Amino acid sequence: MLKTLRQSGTLLGFAAIVIGFAIALPDTFLTARNLINISQQLSMLAVVAATMTIVMVMTDFDLSVGSMASLAGITAAVVFAAGYPVWMGIAAALAVGLLGGLFNGFLVAVIGILPFVATLGTLTVFSGAAFLISGGKTIFGRDIPPGFGEFARAGVPLDALGVKLPYLSLTALAVIIAVWVLLEHTTFGRRLYAIGGNPEAAMLAGLRVTKLRMIAFGLTGLGAAGAGLMYAARVASANPTQGSGLMLDAIAAVFLGMTMTRMGEPRVGATLVGVLLLGVLDNGLTQLKVDSYVREILVGAIVIVAVSIAALAKRR
Amino acid sequence: MQSLEFNDLTKAYSGVMALDGVSLCLKAGRVHAVMGENGAGKSTLIKLIAGVIRADAGHVAVDGVRLALTSPEGALAAGFRVIHQELAIIPQVSVAENILLGHPVPHRFGVLVDWPALHARARAALAALGAGHIDTTTLAGDLGRGDRMLMRIATALVAGSPESVCAPCLYVLDEPTAALTPAESDLLFAVIARLRAQGAAVLYVSHRMDEVLRICDDITVLRDGRLVSTGRVADTSKAAVIQAMTGRAVADATPPRTSPLGKVVATATALTTRHLNELTFTLKAGEILGLTGLGEAGQRAVLRAIMGLDRVRGGSLHVLGAPAPISPSEAWGKGVALIPGERRAEALMPDLSVRANTVLPHLRGWMARPRADAHAADTIAARVSLKSTGGDQPVGQLSGGNQQKVVFARALMGNPRILLLEDPTRGVDVGARAEIYALIRAASARGCAVLIASTDLAELAGLCDRVLVLRAGRLMAMLDPAPPPDQLLARIYDSEGAIC
Repeated sequence: MLKTLRQSGTLLGFAAIVIGFAIALPDTFLTARNLINISQQLSMLAVVAATMTIVMVMTDFDLSVGSMASLAGITAAVVFAAGYPVWMGIAAALAVGLLGGLFNGFLVAVIGILPFVATLGTLTVFSGAAFLISGGKTIFGRDIPPGFGEFARAGVPLDALGVKLPYLSLTALAVIIAVWVLLEHTTFGRRLYAIGGNPEAAMLAGLRVTKLRMIAFGLTGLGAAGAGLMYAARVASANPTQGSGLMLDAIAAVFLGMTMTRMGEPRVGATLVGVLLLGVLDNGLTQLKVDSYVREILVGAIVIVAVSIAALAKRR
Repeated sequence: MQSLEFNDLTKAYSGVMALDGVSLCLKAGRVHAVMGENGAGKSTLIKLIAGVIRADAGHVAVDGVRLALTSPEGALAAGFRVIHQELAIIPQVSVAENILLGHPVPHRFGVLVDWPALHARARAALAALGAGHIDTTTLAGDLGRGDRMLMRIATALVAGSPESVCAPCLYVLDEPTAALTPAESDLLFAVIARLRAQGAAVLYVSHRMDEVLRICDDITVLRDGRLVSTGRVADTSKAAVIQAMTGRAVADATPPRTSPLGKVVATATALTTRHLNELTFTLKAGEILGLTGLGEAGQRAVLRAIMGLDRVRGGSLHVLGAPAPISPSEAWGKGVALIPGERRAEALMPDLSVRANTVLPHLRGWMARPRADAHAADTIAARVSLKSTGGDQPVGQLSGGNQQKVVFARALMGNPRILLLEDPTRGVDVGARAEIYALIRAASARGCAVLIASTDLAELAGLCDRVLVLRAGRLMAMLDPAPPPDQLLARIYDSEGAIC
């Protein structure tokens, strides 16, 4: 009973927030247009949080995702500015993400540095690289091909509701489903959960722990780069700090999700609830014209309360 | 203090008796040895005296005055000083700080540490031991093994400084010479002689027979949590002690061999690794080969080499017709299965389900096959007669014996050709132990070669076709066939004497 309450606490909190906003904002909150808007606003966070879940399954984490997102956006913009086609910019950005992630994995799994220290270091490196490549300036206007920005504004029309389902939201959904399949339905995912359960035992049971950890970090880097591209497309520009808010929110979303699972393990479905909670809170508070600093205090408090309740329930 | 009586000490862990009505009488100025095999109850006894765990029943009387032993502070106040087996030191700080750890540090002006006073107290404690050669400003991590042990004993002495209520009246030493050289051991024995001369009682727990016979006045032997014999060392003999330690009727629980041996599946020729030295042996299909020695003498290293965990540095090791695997992954792929000694640390993912734990080394291909895996895991779980609420139950919720059965299910699932076991019945109750022996015998009858590293001599004697006795990574004796436990223990002590 207590356990059920613990697992559903975050979900109940999410429901309470939605109901609260629906009452406080009767005309604007629960409209198709606003919900679509929320789904677009949180699509970048959803991608980063979903791929962050992959490393957190192994009880590792990655602090460099925010600056990787910025670096990926800058990389694409620089390739565009040099006159190359859109697909090349995207490929270059994703390659940077994958390589950066694999480098994180190398530091953690091969060299044996704590993920906190290793990814704190690469956070700084990626951020510096983004400034260096861009010369510290925002790349926008004619340098960004129209087709690239168009993607973020377009969507699948839903005639019945008079809105369109944005491609960004669909991309996020596709990434979440891909990560869900990866973690829940492949041997790779099952092995990551085993490493999270006991890395020493996993190694003795014949798992190639080093290789698996590197690949997992590579995928997290890839996801961060993807989110950076989505961000750059949405604002049709790239600047070296635009991804920096993603890291803390992504980790918070995974932690919120972990309060809902059976043994407190990260699961991508639960992460999605965490992302939605943060996104809805953001959207509603903005509409209520609550100061953004107050918003930050609230988000931090919610994460602390949810995780504390889960920790207390687990101790009993 | 003249006498110290422990009466009817009893302690059970989840229904398994670790200590069953044991009484000891210690006298001032005498060294009392406690001997027994692993699992005999020695460490439980030490933990009770140290106040780390609470007895289910029993009490302590100092000169006839009853004491309650309920906390480490209580034990300290009663004058008991326990020096545990593991050398718990803080390597990054000085010897003086280590010695005075847990005591109020002398202060100047109420806030500043009075370093000269601190070092003076540490030096005094060391000098009282006759270990004045240790510089108290050295970092503890830079000390040799022997000096570390002396420092630990000094820690126990300093607790008897003026401010303490009761002077130390009992020293408990748990395997103090396990990591010491003979010269360092002699220094320790001199310290023990001094403590005895000062009128303290010493409880000396050790595996090492020759030491015990040499320095102890009285001896008590424990077996399966019960007191088997107690008396003066002068009135007993090595043979009598060994008989008392091993006289367990476990051979009944280990089913006899019924199948013939097959071809050689593993050969080591002058095998040298980090912990092994020119070891030569063969292992045949269907054979059960035991590995033993005093403490960690290389038994584990043999398993590690075959599992691909330790590099072959010299000689050769062939496993299943090929050079030894270079990773556990390769080993499992070839049909080598490992059951590690530390179930919680090395084998299980406690939060994951029975099924996930069982199938882990046997996952193949890209996509998970939950149904096929569940079927396979449930089938093997039935074969090892696992008691759980179902394949979904997290392994951490099972009893020790059932957790070990999950580890066996994992190892047996792929029908391994070589099974490596390290203390396969550690922390397992008697009933599950018999079931595990039957599983090992069944695997052997199927043609699986089994290598068991165990500290349980009755287990080795009952199961094994041959036993290798190791010391410091070298082969001391190859016993074919495996002798009864008492002879096995005698051979282990012989091999010890041959070098010392």
